[in-house]
Amino acid sequence: MEVGCGSGYVITSLMLMLGGEANGAQFIATDMNPHAITVTRETMEAHGVHAELINTDIASGLESRLAGSVDLLVVNPPYVPTPEDEVGREGIASAWAGGENGRSVIDKILPVADKLLSERGWLYMVTLTANNPSQICRQMTKKGYASRIVVQRSTEEESLHIIKFWRDVNIEVEANNGVTNSKAGILDSVRSQIQRLSFWGSSDINTSTD
Amino acid sequence: MRLLTHNMLSSNIKGVTNGFPLRIQVEKVVEKQVEINHDFLRNIFPKIDWKAFSDASRIMGYNELPEEPPEPSVLESDVEFLGKFHHALLELHLEEGALLCPETGRKFPVSKGIPNMLLLEDEV
Repeated sequence: MEVGCGSGYVITSLMLMLGGEANGAQFIATDMNPHAITVTRETMEAHGVHAELINTDIASGLESRLAGSVDLLVVNPPYVPTPEDEVGREGIASAWAGGENGRSVIDKILPVADKLLSERGWLYMVTLTANNPSQICRQMTKKGYASRIVVQRSTEEESLHIIKFWRDVNIEVEANNGVTNSKAGILDSVRSQIQRLSFWGSSDINTSTD
Repeated sequence: MRLLTHNMLSSNIKGVTNGFPLRIQVEKVVEKQVEINHDFLRNIFPKIDWKAFSDASRIMGYNELPEEPPEPSVLESDVEFLGKFHHALLELHLEEGALLCPETGRKFPVSKGIPNMLLLEDEV
């Protein structure tokens, strides 16, 4: 599932990586912006993949029935620090406007993610250094999630991290071992695909194995 | 919008306690074939509200599903049933129409297969 599919780039890439629906997975993507939904549909069509699309705020309307069912959630949220009144406006700015410390929308998404994720579910989320990713990780630890920065990348303008979250009963003990109870199949496929992605490649990338 | 998705949607209007299932108003149904996966069907079956699903399939023009949910053993062995389950769950798309909140009657439009669940300020 993707929250905030925008152009459709990420959900389409994810489906292509995982073999789309052929391996028995179902994909859903949401966006608040109807134009983003339209473009995502076109992007998916252009690549011969299909995900169910819903024009909604985060996962509004899905939360109660889909609770505990999402095995993989990917989010590239509006993370840019902006004035609070720019958050969630109609138009393209809602794609980046994140309010104070760029956290307004992220902080709305995290409890929803917690509700939707299955026992073995993984969340991958993009953050900026300005979003205070370590604080996000500490907050998620209190909800029973282990976390790891899986990719770090600095451009001229942004210092980005992709954080992976997963439920872990023994967070303290197994912090260094990563996922120990993932089942074979879709999730292992995701893990190995991410390690193999060549377009991340460059000397300042720090990938950890998991 | 597939019936799988319909089975996962409920009315998100503030104050609504009985928001599931959304009532389907059909304008256009499209059938799109997709490869069957028996494991997926067995895994998703426990999450499906069968009554909402079989009612919805009839509204979409498909009458092959039983009103009563099948015994889980049927899913293990009855390939013909799995085919019908698959067809109704994943191959029927509400392309144009609406979903109605069962409590308030509020319409959530479905256009080009995509439901619009955005709420107005006073509904949030």
